[in-house]
Amino acid sequence: MNHIKKECVAMLLAGGQGSRLYALTQDMAKPAVPYGGKYRIIDFPLSNCVNSGIDTVGVLTQYQPMVLNEYIGNGQPWGLDRAHGGVHVLPPYETASGKSWYSGTANAIYQNISFIDRYNPEYVAVLSGDHIYKMNYGKMLDFHKSHNADATIAVLEVPWEEASRFGVMSVDDDDVIYEFAEKPAEPKSNLISMGVYVFTWSKLRKYLIDNENDESATKDFGKNIIPAMLDNKEKMVAYHFDGYWKDVGTIDSLWEANMDVLDPKVPLDLLDDSWKIYSRNPVMPPHYAGPQSRIENSMIAEGCDINGMIDFSVLFAGVTVEEGAIVRDSIIMPNSVIKKGAVIEYAIVGEDCVIGEGAHVGERPELIEDKSQWGVAVIGHRVNVSDKAVAPPKAMISKDI
Amino acid sequence: MASMAKVLGLIFANMHEQTLPELTKARAMASVPFGSKYRLVDFPLSGMVNSGITQVGIITKQNYYSLMNHLGMGSEWDLARKTGGLHILPPYGREGTGIYRGRLEALAGAAEFIRESNAEYVVMADSNVIANMDMRPIVDFHEKNGADITCVYGSVVYPVERATAQTILCVNEDKVVYDVLARPAISGEMNVALNVYVMRRAFLDGLIRESECRSLYSFETDILQHKLHDFKVMGYKYEKYFEIIDSMKTYYKATMDMKNRDISREVFSLDTPIYTKVRDVAPAKYGIDCSVKSSLVADGCIIDGYVENSVLFRGVKVGKGAVIKDSIVMQGAVIEEKATFINAIADKDVTITKNRTITGSADFPVYISKGGIV
Repeated sequence: MNHIKKECVAMLLAGGQGSRLYALTQDMAKPAVPYGGKYRIIDFPLSNCVNSGIDTVGVLTQYQPMVLNEYIGNGQPWGLDRAHGGVHVLPPYETASGKSWYSGTANAIYQNISFIDRYNPEYVAVLSGDHIYKMNYGKMLDFHKSHNADATIAVLEVPWEEASRFGVMSVDDDDVIYEFAEKPAEPKSNLISMGVYVFTWSKLRKYLIDNENDESATKDFGKNIIPAMLDNKEKMVAYHFDGYWKDVGTIDSLWEANMDVLDPKVPLDLLDDSWKIYSRNPVMPPHYAGPQSRIENSMIAEGCDINGMIDFSVLFAGVTVEEGAIVRDSIIMPNSVIKKGAVIEYAIVGEDCVIGEGAHVGERPELIEDKSQWGVAVIGHRVNVSDKAVAPPKAMISKDI
Repeated sequence: MASMAKVLGLIFANMHEQTLPELTKARAMASVPFGSKYRLVDFPLSGMVNSGITQVGIITKQNYYSLMNHLGMGSEWDLARKTGGLHILPPYGREGTGIYRGRLEALAGAAEFIRESNAEYVVMADSNVIANMDMRPIVDFHEKNGADITCVYGSVVYPVERATAQTILCVNEDKVVYDVLARPAISGEMNVALNVYVMRRAFLDGLIRESECRSLYSFETDILQHKLHDFKVMGYKYEKYFEIIDSMKTYYKATMDMKNRDISREVFSLDTPIYTKVRDVAPAKYGIDCSVKSSLVADGCIIDGYVENSVLFRGVKVGKGAVIKDSIVMQGAVIEEKATFINAIADKDVTITKNRTITGSADFPVYISKGGIV
């Protein structure tokens, strides 16, 4: 097959387990976790690609790929069902020399050098698949070109006390990166890497091969590729981003990021027509707010059937909330049923769950004396909670109770 | 069971527009918005797809831009296919034909498409019936009875003003149609035609050829009435929910029916869903001090006011203190702060400005046309 040259190919790292999401990532990779009432996390980088004019995307999968594979399908919901390019799911594979899992982010790209080479691109964007943000990668690519850079790393300014959780960049007045430290105890800067990179492909290709040949390397971008390029004085620049960006790697941050969609002060506009976030839409009728419903400060997706009280919550498609049930400060993922009189507070309920009559999931923080005992309660996907059962704050329920 | 892969679906996009002049002023009957996120064509089209029909032609006449925009390549109905799939058939500019006068002339315009299909049967439907119709038992019925034409009907109790807008069938115990009344001034129990017809393709082809040389154009008058006894015409009774949209009043009633949970679970069955064009908008957002009861709400709405017993389409904005009751508000309309909208229908992109009050009655809902600012 004849491949038409592409200026830039995006490689989306979607193989992560997201182990700190526990029950929510037991049977799906983190980028497939539902977010914001109708999306999955991966909709954000995929939509960003399309909106930025990048039409060739490799999605690297490894951990629990079924949900993600099915979701991405032929890429039609994102306009990525293209004759040339489009979205391609790239799982690890067996070769004549043996089988090999993706042993790190750099190794995952290394194993797909031939995929990238087919499009003979000038540039490759490497994107992590687990953040919520709207970003024009095209502008970043322009920045990369105008700076004659070998690598451009998108950076975000964070409060100093948070910097040590991320990869930290030190830059000079011209935004040239002179130092990089992965999760340093004493950060020298509060500019952190967003996990969004643009590389000149010929350069990155060489570093990937060198890194692969180095047996001591962990085959990771943050730990190997970026430091090696810095050591060799390659031109690496920081591209400043000042929009909304949220890592949703923990239960608390996933809960917060969902609550952010309800907060008019948070600069993440999901209704902005000029930068749409595309997703695979469920085929469901509009939602129905019944005669007994009381809904405020919430986001409700299509297919829901509400007769209870909903406040400060995000309900995904096809959720049923029966009479007298109360859902507050919570996230209910697709097709779950909250039966009569059940109470859900400060909780995340996974897909296809049934919360029995009079059950109580989570608790309001003000009702807990020992604050160390309080946290968001989580009900994993497809879990049944029986009538009158109690799931306390911080609970992580992955089997029926 | 008949093999549905051998069935061609035909949907008439512009029939009955005279019954809904306001809503069809700038669009085809088939693309009249309905039920919060659908267009009327979604019902017959999804019914055909859910019945296993994989080739469908949409016969158009005029005002079909919004319909083409809605249907696209048919991928939402799984009809973007290599063989068969969805075909929009504009009025053919063949010599001697132009804008058609009736169903037979419309079919003559689509004759080439019908002849080229490999189908054994043809199922025809209009865009004015709300139902989730399974076509398989109808084709089976047709085949088993060796009928020439099968007409689908429903049993209704209609007042005179509804009967005079419809075709009424008289069907005997053997399910044979023995009389066809066009728009009779009668009332009471009757069998109303749902404008769904099954024929063998070869039979239909013959009808088209004959009609062309005899200058016949109305299927109902020239075939069903005048040739009723030349053919074996059978009646298939459809027993599930349906509503024929033949006036603003019935449009309003059918819309309000969708709030009935039993009806809505049947019409929007999760096993045989009604498909529609996907719009990538975020879920509906409810603000502080809003109240929504007994209403259907689509994605993309932003609600800060009071909504009761109403149907909101995608992207409707309800301002603080606004009141919407017993109303239909279509896509992108804005009901501003403290405006009141009762027993009314707002077409797409209407704005009801601050503090304005619009009130109609259930029998005569007020209609505000597309893009209007009141």
